Amino acid sequence: MSTLHTEEMTLNMGPQHPSTHGVLRFVVRADGEVMREAIPDVGYLHRSIEKIAEKVGYHGFMPYTDRVDYVCAMFTNQGWGMACEKLAGIEVPHRGEYCRVIAAEFNRIASHLLSVGAMAMDIGAVTPFTHAIREREMINDLIEELCGARLTFNYMRIGGVAWDLPPGWREKALAYLDHFDPILEEYNALISWNKIYIERLANVGVITPEEAINYNLVGPNLRACGIKWDIRKDIPYSVYPEFEFDVPIGDGHWGKLGDSMDRYVVRIREMAESSKILRQALQKIPAGPVLAKVARNFKPPAGECQIRLESGRGDMGWYVVSDGTGYPWRVHVRTGSFAAMGIIQKLSAGLMIADLVTLIASLDVIAPEIDR
Amino acid sequence: METLVQNLIASGAFGKNASPHMVAALVVFIMSAVVFLGVAFPFAGIVSWAERRVWARIQSRVGPNRVGPQGFLQWLADGVKHVCKEDIIPDESDAPLFKMAPYLVMLAFTLPWAVMPFSSSLILADLNVGILYMTSVTALTVVGVLMAGWASNDKWSLIGGIRSAAQIVSYEIPAGLSIFPVVLMTGTLSMQGIIRAQGWAPQHWFLFANPFTFVAANILYISALAEGNRTPFDLPEAESELVAGFATEYSGMRYLFFFMAEWGNLFIIGAIIATLFLGGWQFPHVTNNVIAMNILQAITFNVKVLFLVFVSMWIRATLPRVRIDQLMTLCWKYFVPISFVNMIGTAVWVAIWPDGTTIMGYIMLAAAIGLGAVFTQRVIYYLRRSRMEVYFNPTI
Amino acid sequence: MESLQILERVKNQFGDRVLEISEKKPDPFAVIDPKAVVEIGKFMNEDPELAMDCLSNETGVDYKDRIEVVYHLFSYSKRHGAVLKVKLPRENPSIATLEGVWKSANWMEREIFDLIGVNFEGHSDMRRILMPEDWIGHPQRKDFVEPAEYHGISTVRESPIIRLDTKKK
Repeated sequence: MSTLHTEEMTLNMGPQHPSTHGVLRFVVRADGEVMREAIPDVGYLHRSIEKIAEKVGYHGFMPYTDRVDYVCAMFTNQGWGMACEKLAGIEVPHRGEYCRVIAAEFNRIASHLLSVGAMAMDIGAVTPFTHAIREREMINDLIEELCGARLTFNYMRIGGVAWDLPPGWREKALAYLDHFDPILEEYNALISWNKIYIERLANVGVITPEEAINYNLVGPNLRACGIKWDIRKDIPYSVYPEFEFDVPIGDGHWGKLGDSMDRYVVRIREMAESSKILRQALQKIPAGPVLAKVARNFKPPAGECQIRLESGRGDMGWYVVSDGTGYPWRVHVRTGSFAAMGIIQKLSAGLMIADLVTLIASLDVIAPEIDR
Repeated sequence: METLVQNLIASGAFGKNASPHMVAALVVFIMSAVVFLGVAFPFAGIVSWAERRVWARIQSRVGPNRVGPQGFLQWLADGVKHVCKEDIIPDESDAPLFKMAPYLVMLAFTLPWAVMPFSSSLILADLNVGILYMTSVTALTVVGVLMAGWASNDKWSLIGGIRSAAQIVSYEIPAGLSIFPVVLMTGTLSMQGIIRAQGWAPQHWFLFANPFTFVAANILYISALAEGNRTPFDLPEAESELVAGFATEYSGMRYLFFFMAEWGNLFIIGAIIATLFLGGWQFPHVTNNVIAMNILQAITFNVKVLFLVFVSMWIRATLPRVRIDQLMTLCWKYFVPISFVNMIGTAVWVAIWPDGTTIMGYIMLAAAIGLGAVFTQRVIYYLRRSRMEVYFNPTI
Repeated sequence: MESLQILERVKNQFGDRVLEISEKKPDPFAVIDPKAVVEIGKFMNEDPELAMDCLSNETGVDYKDRIEVVYHLFSYSKRHGAVLKVKLPRENPSIATLEGVWKSANWMEREIFDLIGVNFEGHSDMRRILMPEDWIGHPQRKDFVEPAEYHGISTVRESPIIRLDTKKK
């Protein structure tokens, strides 16, 4: 029988799409259902935030950092704060650090909830998304009471945080954690052992540990490959050394090590760990000021520094070059999603189109982080 | 039917020389109109509202509750909105096929209502190949969906259309094979015949007649879901991948036709299972009044079918989507062999016990009740644990 | 190993291709010869003492008289990091790509090419990543002037505040 003449299709999974997390575009070369390659095309959300920093100054840049990753806004705030503090040698008061950690860990739970919920929805189960959003709304209510905003917080300042914890907030936060822990168990039970879910996620998008390090994957993506690396434990910053928590890693339980199921499981377990940290932080928070005295026209000495912190998406690297004036010379954020997009093109060969959606969702890619 | 026509002519309503064929045609016309306009289409609309309310309850939110009492008129509002929309036909598309595709899918939805047994005398046409007619006519969807996918001139629609065609055609086989056990047990394909062979009590239903029919019922239900493009098999209209699959380029009422057909298919799926396995309209003989008995039977039939519709919605809200190759694996590697085993098993059963056996019915019913009790207990346990007790909104 | 020790080791290996080691606080860095960047990168990746298996960040910085490309290297196994810098002239800045050593350089170098204009020789896919393909200019340079229009869309408009003032008069 003569060979069948087949053609390769070029499809466009365009910037407007119900399931790419943000405005992403993929040019997919597919042979029927199986892809040969999915070429990502980013830049639809490029707002040149890095260049804006050079115009608005150190203090004025804090709200812009929210928009770098609006789902993990507390971490970007903290990153900018930490970078400026390292440049100028400012020390954040103890209570300020605790407030930072509390806000950041709540934000981590909220971000992971959104990520897991959106992944479930992309796979087709619409219910876990609404349940996750329900929990996330409660966190948003808490943070709204704390700093007034539900998404782009602008809570932290150079030298600490803007406002102290309101009276009664600690009790509400602890009550929320008491409510959240069993709900997390229930959530886990709802989807993690679902056979269809496991079949869709296991063995899809397997990333080996060497590949992960070479491509600079960070955060839950890296931990899912079995590498026990968490900036909070390995390059400790802020007051994380005072808390006891574990770093969950993937173990290839349902499929190969480093597949989408591992990434999903690592995120669920990280939420439980964040809850632990929060309980300890809320118990041990000391009294004192929350903001160090920083000059209005903040002029760090000339120099440059890089800091890394563990955001919801992984290791976020802030590189700041200062020239001694009140405006930074160069700001650069290296985010976890940027590296994750770089690996998609390589991973997509041989996957089916339905798996591409799963892959993007499991890598927890957020468009504003990529484009800044 | 004959007697009805004779009575009508004899009553002189149509004049003395009325041709029986014309009167019969008129009667069929009116009855079809009543069934379609009064039952089929409103049902397709109402089930869209019901689905959204059921989904919302499962997803811990409310669902449409503004338009009319409890949002009951939402489907009418949706219909009106869609009719008022601009009818967009893509330039490069194949316009005649593009326009015809929704009608074909609608055809596949409307034709099975001709043999829908609502009660012992409420059936439009008691064909003696009733169930075969039903399954074969629902397969017309394939033609419509393929047409829609191709004529849209859009690669994503094409993928959706081809996926759907492959899925429906594949799942016809386990569905057809699962009808065989019932046919073997009754010896007839007619809908009323199959229902009459069952009793009103659960142990007399074919569902519990023997383990093979139990498995066949489940396979038939799942295959029917797959044929209807319902989750977990809704890859052709996978919202997160292909926006709306084969229906992406459609707008307005044409788009709604596809979905009315899908929602209406829920009833047909439920009707097939209810007829074949759940005893159809069978109701204990409590009165000699024919009209009252017919009403009770119609209510019974509708209750059974609506319960299955509810289960379909429940499944859709809970389960994720199966990938296309896993779907095909499921069909060809699992369902088809199991269906063959069912068929042969039932044939052997019928050979050994030609008149059926009631002991098995009681045993199976007891097992099913036990399973149901375990399931209900787990549901109650989880419902109790998941009650939301904390609500933080500082402005409230 | 401390950052400075790592940079000393590289200097011992490569001699005068490491142009200077700066001990500035808080992050010390080494400036290296642009032509040696791939060699030094490979050495730092493969050397068992350094084992820099990750290029954690690659940035381009536009100083008024030169363009610098800054490499932040990190080792997961040894838990240490170092900073390398390369100084390039502002006209036609060009340097060899590090994609062969660390795959993460692929996208980061595309971003530097797009926004600052450094050409990376040997890169597999040197095209713009964040800006549209037909954009002219490199936006993150200090002397970048925004074009007046892009595909017919004007990029300037009167400040509405000024308009309010003129209306009042």
